[in-house]
Amino acid sequence: MKARIFVTLKEGVLDPQGQAIEGALSALGFSGVGAVRQGKVFDVELEETGEPAEARLKAMCETLLANTVIEDYRIEMG
Amino acid sequence: MHAAIIQFPGTNRESDMAAALRLATGREPKMVWHAETSLPSGIDLVVLPGGFSYGDYLRAGAIAAHSPVMREVAKAAEAGTLVLGVCNGFQALCEANLLPGALMRNASLKFVCREVKLEVVSADTPFTRLYGEGEVIRTPVAHADGNYFADQASLDRLEGENQVIFRYAEGTSPNGSQRDIAGICNARRNVLGMMPHPEDFTEEAHGCLDGLRLFKGLAQALEVAA
Repeated sequence: MKARIFVTLKEGVLDPQGQAIEGALSALGFSGVGAVRQGKVFDVELEETGEPAEARLKAMCETLLANTVIEDYRIEMG
Repeated sequence: MHAAIIQFPGTNRESDMAAALRLATGREPKMVWHAETSLPSGIDLVVLPGGFSYGDYLRAGAIAAHSPVMREVAKAAEAGTLVLGVCNGFQALCEANLLPGALMRNASLKFVCREVKLEVVSADTPFTRLYGEGEVIRTPVAHADGNYFADQASLDRLEGENQVIFRYAEGTSPNGSQRDIAGICNARRNVLGMMPHPEDFTEEAHGCLDGLRLFKGLAQALEVAA
Protein backbone atom coordinates (compact mmCIF):
# COMPACT_ATOMS: atom_id res chain seq x y z
CA MET A 1 0.00 0.00 0.00
CA LYS A 2 0.95 3.62 -0.36
CA ALA A 3 0.56 6.24 2.32
CA ARG A 4 1.04 9.97 2.35
CA ILE A 5 2.27 11.68 5.49
CA PHE A 6 1.89 15.41 6.09
CA VAL A 7 4.19 17.06 8.62
CA THR A 8 3.38 20.62 9.62
CA LEU A 9 4.56 23.03 12.30
CA LYS A 10 2.39 23.11 15.40
CA GLU A 11 0.15 26.08 15.97
CA GLY A 12 2.02 28.71 17.91
CA VAL A 13 5.40 27.74 16.45
CA LEU A 14 6.73 30.60 14.34
CA ASP A 15 7.33 29.74 10.69
CA PRO A 16 9.71 32.32 9.20
CA GLN A 17 9.89 30.34 5.94
CA GLY A 18 6.10 30.46 5.61
CA GLN A 19 6.18 34.19 6.33
CA ALA A 20 8.81 34.75 3.63
CA ILE A 21 6.66 32.83 1.13
CA GLU A 22 3.61 34.87 2.18
CA GLY A 23 5.60 38.05 1.54
CA ALA A 24 6.73 36.79 -1.86
CA LEU A 25 3.15 35.93 -2.87
CA SER A 26 2.00 39.44 -1.92
CA ALA A 27 4.93 40.95 -3.83
CA LEU A 28 3.87 38.94 -6.90
CA GLY A 29 0.46 40.58 -6.73
CA PHE A 30 -1.52 37.68 -5.27
CA SER A 31 -3.80 39.74 -3.07
CA GLY A 32 -5.86 38.49 -0.16
CA VAL A 33 -3.31 35.90 0.96
CA GLY A 34 -3.58 35.17 4.70
CA ALA A 35 -0.97 33.28 6.64
CA VAL A 36 1.15 30.73 4.75
CA ARG A 37 2.59 27.78 6.64
CA GLN A 38 5.22 25.52 5.10
CA GLY A 39 5.25 21.76 5.68
CA LYS A 40 6.57 18.48 4.34
CA VAL A 41 4.99 15.55 2.51
CA PHE A 42 6.34 11.98 2.55
CA ASP A 43 5.04 9.26 0.23
CA VAL A 44 5.78 5.90 1.79
CA GLU A 45 5.27 2.47 0.20
CA LEU A 46 4.62 -0.37 2.61
CA GLU A 47 4.13 -4.13 2.27
CA GLU A 48 1.63 -4.18 5.12
CA THR A 49 -1.93 -2.87 4.87
CA GLY A 50 -4.71 -1.80 7.22
CA GLU A 51 -4.19 -1.30 10.92
CA PRO A 52 -0.69 -2.81 11.18
CA ALA A 53 0.46 -0.43 8.45
CA GLU A 54 -1.09 2.55 10.17
CA ALA A 55 0.53 1.60 13.48
CA ARG A 56 3.91 1.34 11.80
CA LEU A 57 3.51 4.66 10.00
CA LYS A 58 2.60 6.29 13.29
CA ALA A 59 5.77 4.85 14.85
CA MET A 60 7.82 6.18 11.91
CA CYS A 61 6.37 9.65 12.41
CA GLU A 62 6.99 9.62 16.15
CA THR A 63 10.55 8.30 15.78
CA LEU A 64 11.91 10.14 12.76
CA LEU A 65 9.61 11.82 10.24
CA ALA A 66 8.25 14.45 12.63
CA ASN A 67 9.84 16.20 15.59
CA THR A 68 6.85 16.27 17.88
CA VAL A 69 8.33 19.12 19.93
CA ILE A 70 7.57 21.46 17.02
CA GLU A 71 5.60 19.46 14.46
CA ASP A 72 2.26 17.67 14.01
CA TYR A 73 1.70 14.88 11.50
CA ARG A 74 -1.26 13.43 9.63
CA ILE A 75 -1.30 10.05 7.89
CA GLU A 76 -3.38 9.49 4.75
CA MET A 77 -3.69 5.83 3.78
CA GLY A 78 -3.83 5.19 0.02
CA MET B 1 40.45 12.90 30.54
CA HIS B 2 39.83 10.41 27.75
CA ALA B 3 37.63 11.91 25.07
CA ALA B 4 35.88 10.38 22.08
CA ILE B 5 34.74 12.50 19.14
CA ILE B 6 31.82 11.11 17.13
CA GLN B 7 32.02 11.51 13.37
CA PHE B 8 28.89 11.33 11.21
CA PRO B 9 28.92 11.59 7.42
CA GLY B 10 29.04 15.36 6.96
CA THR B 11 30.67 16.20 10.29
CA ASN B 12 33.35 18.80 9.55
CA ARG B 13 34.51 20.36 12.83
CA GLU B 14 36.10 17.27 14.38
CA SER B 15 39.70 18.42 13.79
CA ASP B 16 39.14 21.78 15.52
CA MET B 17 37.48 19.97 18.41
CA ALA B 18 40.38 17.50 18.61
CA ALA B 19 42.89 20.38 18.66
CA ALA B 20 41.06 22.08 21.54
CA LEU B 21 40.88 18.83 23.55
CA ARG B 22 44.57 18.10 22.87
CA LEU B 23 45.49 21.58 24.04
CA ALA B 24 43.51 21.28 27.27
CA THR B 25 44.47 17.73 28.17
CA GLY B 26 47.68 16.84 26.34
CA ARG B 27 45.92 13.68 25.19
CA GLU B 28 44.78 12.65 21.75
CA PRO B 29 40.98 12.18 21.57
CA LYS B 30 39.71 9.04 19.87
CA MET B 31 37.71 9.46 16.67
CA VAL B 32 34.62 7.23 16.56
CA TRP B 33 32.72 6.59 13.31
CA HIS B 34 28.93 6.81 13.61
CA ALA B 35 28.42 3.19 12.50
CA GLU B 36 30.30 1.83 15.53
CA THR B 37 28.21 -0.16 17.98
CA SER B 38 30.44 0.49 20.98
CA LEU B 39 32.50 3.33 22.42
CA PRO B 40 36.21 2.85 23.20
CA SER B 41 36.68 1.65 26.78
CA GLY B 42 37.69 4.14 29.46
CA ILE B 43 36.03 7.11 27.76
CA ASP B 44 34.85 9.82 30.17
CA LEU B 45 33.83 12.48 27.64
CA VAL B 46 31.91 12.08 24.38
CA VAL B 47 31.87 15.03 21.99
CA LEU B 48 29.49 15.54 19.08
CA PRO B 49 31.17 18.24 16.97
CA GLY B 50 29.72 20.63 14.43
CA GLY B 51 29.09 20.12 10.76
CA PHE B 52 26.25 19.09 8.50
CA SER B 53 25.58 15.46 9.33
CA TYR B 54 23.64 13.81 6.50
CA GLY B 55 23.51 17.16 4.74
CA ASP B 56 20.93 18.38 7.29
CA TYR B 57 18.39 16.22 5.40
CA LEU B 58 14.94 15.99 7.02
CA ARG B 59 15.95 18.23 9.98
CA ALA B 60 19.43 19.20 11.20
CA GLY B 61 20.78 16.34 13.33
CA ALA B 62 17.66 14.17 12.86
CA ILE B 63 19.28 11.30 10.98
CA ALA B 64 22.53 11.44 12.99
CA ALA B 65 20.42 11.09 16.14
CA HIS B 66 19.45 7.58 15.00
CA SER B 67 22.95 6.40 14.01
CA PRO B 68 24.05 3.12 15.62
CA VAL B 69 26.63 4.84 17.85
CA MET B 70 23.97 7.12 19.34
CA ARG B 71 22.48 4.21 21.27
CA GLU B 72 25.88 3.88 22.97
CA VAL B 73 26.09 7.64 23.56
CA ALA B 74 22.66 7.51 25.23
CA LYS B 75 23.78 4.60 27.42
CA ALA B 76 26.98 6.45 28.36
CA ALA B 77 25.00 9.59 29.23
CA GLU B 78 22.66 7.49 31.33
CA ALA B 79 25.69 6.09 33.17
CA GLY B 80 26.92 9.60 33.94
CA THR B 81 29.60 10.02 31.24
CA LEU B 82 29.96 13.66 30.15
CA VAL B 83 28.54 14.47 26.71
CA LEU B 84 29.16 17.74 24.86
CA GLY B 85 27.33 18.65 21.66
CA VAL B 86 28.37 21.74 19.74
CA CYS B 87 26.29 23.23 16.91
CA ASN B 88 25.22 20.22 14.80
CA GLY B 89 26.07 18.12 17.87
CA PHE B 90 23.55 20.12 19.93
CA GLN B 91 20.93 19.61 17.22
CA ALA B 92 21.61 15.85 17.24
CA LEU B 93 21.37 15.68 21.07
CA CYS B 94 17.95 17.36 20.94
CA GLU B 95 16.78 15.06 18.13
CA ALA B 96 18.00 12.07 20.16
CA ASN B 97 15.95 13.30 23.15
CA LEU B 98 19.09 13.54 25.27
CA LEU B 99 18.24 17.23 25.66
CA PRO B 100 14.78 18.85 25.61
CA GLY B 101 13.51 21.18 22.88
CA ALA B 102 14.39 21.62 19.23
CA LEU B 103 16.58 23.83 17.04
CA MET B 104 14.68 25.46 14.20
CA ARG B 105 15.67 27.56 11.18
CA ASN B 106 17.15 30.93 12.18
CA ALA B 107 14.44 33.62 12.35
CA SER B 108 16.39 35.59 9.71
CA LEU B 109 16.37 32.51 7.42
CA LYS B 110 20.08 33.21 6.89
CA PHE B 111 23.17 31.20 7.72
CA VAL B 112 24.85 33.31 10.40
CA CYS B 113 28.64 33.22 10.76
CA ARG B 114 29.95 35.80 13.22
CA GLU B 115 31.04 36.43 16.78
CA VAL B 116 28.47 36.72 19.60
CA LYS B 117 28.57 37.66 23.27
CA LEU B 118 27.68 34.77 25.50
CA GLU B 119 26.54 34.99 29.11
CA VAL B 120 27.57 32.05 31.27
CA VAL B 121 24.30 31.68 33.16
CA SER B 122 25.42 28.78 35.35
CA ALA B 123 28.94 27.78 36.40
CA ASP B 124 27.44 24.74 38.12
CA THR B 125 28.37 22.18 35.45
CA PRO B 126 31.61 20.30 34.69
CA PHE B 127 31.66 22.29 31.45
CA THR B 128 31.45 25.81 32.89
CA ARG B 129 33.18 25.47 36.27
CA LEU B 130 36.08 27.76 35.29
CA TYR B 131 33.81 30.63 34.25
CA GLY B 132 32.27 33.18 36.56
CA GLU B 133 28.49 33.05 36.86
CA GLY B 134 27.10 35.92 34.79
CA GLU B 135 30.44 36.37 33.01
CA VAL B 136 30.13 37.44 29.38
CA ILE B 137 32.52 35.72 26.98
CA ARG B 138 33.15 35.89 23.24
CA THR B 139 32.43 32.94 20.91
CA PRO B 140 31.82 32.52 17.20
CA VAL B 141 28.63 31.00 15.82
CA ALA B 142 28.15 29.46 12.37
CA HIS B 143 24.74 27.96 11.76
CA ALA B 144 21.44 28.14 9.89
CA ASP B 145 19.36 26.22 12.44
CA GLY B 146 20.11 27.56 15.90
CA ASN B 147 16.73 28.96 16.84
CA TYR B 148 16.02 27.17 20.12
CA PHE B 149 12.38 26.26 20.68
CA ALA B 150 10.53 24.60 23.54
CA ASP B 151 7.02 25.24 24.84
CA GLN B 152 6.62 27.85 27.59
CA ALA B 153 6.21 25.26 30.36
CA SER B 154 9.44 23.51 29.31
CA LEU B 155 11.29 26.84 29.13
CA ASP B 156 10.07 27.73 32.64
CA ARG B 157 11.21 24.34 33.88
CA LEU B 158 14.65 24.71 32.24
CA GLU B 159 15.13 28.10 33.86
CA GLY B 160 13.74 26.92 37.21
CA GLU B 161 16.12 23.95 37.30
CA ASN B 162 19.08 26.11 36.29
CA GLN B 163 19.51 24.14 33.05
CA VAL B 164 19.98 27.19 30.83
CA ILE B 165 23.78 27.37 30.77
CA PHE B 166 24.51 29.94 28.04
CA ARG B 167 22.50 32.89 26.74
CA TYR B 168 23.23 35.29 23.90
CA ALA B 169 24.09 38.54 25.68
CA GLU B 170 23.86 42.23 24.91
CA GLY B 171 21.40 41.82 22.04
CA THR B 172 23.74 39.60 19.99
CA SER B 173 21.31 36.70 19.47
CA PRO B 174 21.92 35.52 15.92
CA ASN B 175 18.87 33.31 15.49
CA GLY B 176 15.68 34.26 17.37
CA SER B 177 16.08 31.62 20.09
CA GLN B 178 13.42 31.54 22.79
CA ARG B 179 14.67 33.53 25.80
CA ASP B 180 18.03 34.02 24.04
CA ILE B 181 19.02 30.44 24.87
CA ALA B 182 22.39 29.41 23.41
CA GLY B 183 23.13 26.32 25.48
CA ILE B 184 21.34 23.98 27.89
CA CYS B 185 22.12 20.92 29.97
CA ASN B 186 20.05 17.93 31.06
CA ALA B 187 18.63 17.53 34.56
CA ARG B 188 21.64 15.48 35.66
CA ARG B 189 23.98 18.22 34.31
CA ASN B 190 26.27 15.77 32.46
CA VAL B 191 24.97 16.48 28.93
CA LEU B 192 25.51 19.96 27.48
CA GLY B 193 24.44 21.26 24.08
CA MET B 194 25.42 24.68 22.73
CA MET B 195 25.23 26.39 19.35
CA PRO B 196 28.38 28.60 19.64
CA HIS B 197 31.83 27.11 18.99
CA PRO B 198 34.09 27.32 22.07
CA GLU B 199 36.75 25.30 20.20
CA ASP B 200 37.22 28.23 17.83
CA PHE B 201 38.60 30.49 20.58
CA THR B 202 41.27 28.34 22.21
CA GLU B 203 44.60 29.46 20.71
CA GLU B 204 46.50 32.77 20.59
CA ALA B 205 46.25 32.66 16.81
CA HIS B 206 42.43 32.64 17.11
CA GLY B 207 42.62 36.11 18.66
CA CYS B 208 40.70 35.07 21.77
CA LEU B 209 41.05 32.34 24.40
CA ASP B 210 37.55 32.51 25.92
CA GLY B 211 36.64 28.99 24.79
CA LEU B 212 39.69 27.30 26.30
CA ARG B 213 38.37 27.40 29.87
CA LEU B 214 35.49 25.13 28.88
CA PHE B 215 37.93 22.39 27.86
CA LYS B 216 40.33 23.04 30.76
CA GLY B 217 37.38 22.93 33.15
CA LEU B 218 36.33 19.57 31.71
CA ALA B 219 39.86 18.24 32.07
CA GLN B 220 39.97 19.40 35.70
CA ALA B 221 36.53 18.02 36.51
CA LEU B 222 37.49 14.63 35.11
CA GLU B 223 40.90 14.57 36.85
CA VAL B 224 39.09 15.20 40.14
CA ALA B 225 36.57 12.45 39.34
CA ALA B 226 39.35 10.01 38.43
